[in-house]
Amino acid sequence: MLEIKNLHASVGDKPILNGIDLKVKAGEVHAIMGPNGSGKSTLAHVLSGREGYAVTQGSVLYQGKDLLGLTPEIRAREGIFLAFQYPVEIPGVTNKYFLKAAYNALRKHRGQPEISAGDFLKLIKEKAKLVQMDPAMLNRAVNAGFSGGEKKRNEILQLAVLEPKLGLLDETDSGLDIDALKIVAQGVNAMRSDQRAFVVVTHYQRLLDYIVPDFVHVLSGGRIVRSGGKELAHQLEKEGYALLQPEEVAK
Amino acid sequence: MAKQSDELSELTTKEYKYGFVSDIDADQIPKGLDEDIVRLISRKKEEPAFMLEWRLKAFRHWLTMSEPAWANVRFPKIDYQDIIYYSAPKPKKLLGSMDEVDPEVRKTFEKLGIPLEEQKILAGVAVDAVLDSVSVATTFKKTLAEAGVIFCSFSEAVREHPELVEKYLGSVVPYTDNYYATLNSAVFSDGSFCYVPKGVRCPMELSTYFRINAKNTGQFERTLIVADEGAYVSYLEGCTAPMRDENQLHAAVVELVALDDAQIKYSTIQNWYPGDKNGKGGIYNFVTKRGKCKGKNSKISWTQVETGSAITWKYPSCLLMGENSIGEFYSVALTNNYQQADTGTKMVHIGKNTRSTIISKGISAGHGQNTYRGQVKITKGAVGARNYSQCDSLLMGEKCGAHTFPYLEVNNTSSQVEHEATTSKIGEDQLFYCRQRGISTEDAVGMIVNGFCKEVFKELPIEFAVEAHKLLSINLEGAVG
Repeated sequence: MLEIKNLHASVGDKPILNGIDLKVKAGEVHAIMGPNGSGKSTLAHVLSGREGYAVTQGSVLYQGKDLLGLTPEIRAREGIFLAFQYPVEIPGVTNKYFLKAAYNALRKHRGQPEISAGDFLKLIKEKAKLVQMDPAMLNRAVNAGFSGGEKKRNEILQLAVLEPKLGLLDETDSGLDIDALKIVAQGVNAMRSDQRAFVVVTHYQRLLDYIVPDFVHVLSGGRIVRSGGKELAHQLEKEGYALLQPEEVAK
Repeated sequence: MAKQSDELSELTTKEYKYGFVSDIDADQIPKGLDEDIVRLISRKKEEPAFMLEWRLKAFRHWLTMSEPAWANVRFPKIDYQDIIYYSAPKPKKLLGSMDEVDPEVRKTFEKLGIPLEEQKILAGVAVDAVLDSVSVATTFKKTLAEAGVIFCSFSEAVREHPELVEKYLGSVVPYTDNYYATLNSAVFSDGSFCYVPKGVRCPMELSTYFRINAKNTGQFERTLIVADEGAYVSYLEGCTAPMRDENQLHAAVVELVALDDAQIKYSTIQNWYPGDKNGKGGIYNFVTKRGKCKGKNSKISWTQVETGSAITWKYPSCLLMGENSIGEFYSVALTNNYQQADTGTKMVHIGKNTRSTIISKGISAGHGQNTYRGQVKITKGAVGARNYSQCDSLLMGEKCGAHTFPYLEVNNTSSQVEHEATTSKIGEDQLFYCRQRGISTEDAVGMIVNGFCKEVFKELPIEFAVEAHKLLSINLEGAVG
């Protein structure tokens, strides 16, 4: 589904990613771990098409197509979803309205007619249950005045409604207490299927107790320095990023 | 980043293609202004003596005044002797059919969903006399007459109801008020008049009627609305569609009077020609609007959506005289390209327990300059008065500006005044968030801006709220920040 080859990216003159290679197949969950500043979030941003990053080398194929040439909205319509580390507030625009605009944009891209208001309401109410969200939240402005936990749950609600092929979770666990973390993880787990892949970016192993990955990759200095199964996350938890060999650490 | 700013400057310079049709009026007088011209205007309109006297007093006073220079707007000096002050009834050259109308304008009509017959009237296409819209207008007139509501042109009011005109004309905006209002008082050609009698709730929004009928009201327009005790009227001025207009200077005056327990809701949508993307041409809109809550428990609400004109200078205000009277001001002002807007309100609290609310939303894109200027004055006698003001500015791009000048004057200790102001940018964060969910940049901008304006739009009559929503999106097409 996703094939990243020798990806280099920089912000201004500063190189952040220095040759990432990663293959993700449908049905897999990959965790990307690493110390602060190792380039984890940059990877998620570059994959989703955020402006401000220059790809200087390498390529990314998504479903066999060149991903980097697509605008962010086309990537989204093609099934890439980024759950934001810091979800953005949009005052005056209700959650429901926003989600419907997004949902219909995706449908239009697939050549489908717009969903009726009634059917959509039914759909989002159903999905809201998945993340234990009070339906009243659907009528509030997007993320405006939401607590940290509510914002993250809202991200997972959007994920559940939009049903992407590839979900990128950027530090979804940050700022969550254990109960909220469990709800979020349950939401994601309910979405796991052999048609869908996830790339989970996280600093801590904690999230991976609930969203159990198939593969764990350790990022340092803008490269993947180690890959393994879920046990690698446990090892990191125990020994910290100090377990990385000097040659693996960022220069 | 460089790529984005290129894209940005390209997108913020969307053109408003709107060809003006120039023509020669059949009935016009020489250029320039002196007492003879004022007399001539009054004579041509067959006005009673009191009107001529009033015009002359205004003209003589105008000679002693100079143009105000305090507004935060820049424009070349206007030569007042180079204007033709009477050219009613301004028959504009009619076009043969919709096919002759600028396709861009037609596109705008379609986007706004304006019925074809109305499109014709607005675009200046010759309209057959048996059209539906005309008979609709006649039906409206009948309904209004049955309710006892007087709604007619100002000229007709001067002829048919001189006692009402004499009683209320200038009672809110005196002829000495300010440079443009004084000029208007001397030379105004026509406008609208509305009187709602005691206890009558006007049976319809005067908007619909207005849109069909009040065309070509001219450069110096005058509106007077009086709501007698316990009356209610909702009035919509203007139109979401681009109106044909070739006058550069507009100096209108609007006066509202609300007696005991009366309520006037006055909504404006202004979409005049803003000039091209280099700031050439466009309307100068210098308007004086004021309402007087004369009676106790009276209420006046101003709602405005200003998206047009090269320069807007406008402060719809309320004089809150009656006890417990309420003044409200809800405004959205959009400036794009080189548009300048200096707009806001004045709330003067005179009566006891008077209340006012000000919600102002300024949106600046391109090189647009948007100024909020508001005054809240609470006099000594206005015991227990309250005001709440909220001024929010939204910036799109790097070259525009937003300015806020609130003036607060409180002369007693029992009153409360609250002022909140915010300035935000349509962040790349917000845009990216929307785009990452599959929403196009243009749709995202429309969504964010309309969300920003929601508190004001909800005050508009419903059908106009929908149009205002679309209008903003159209005017912002391409203006991405």
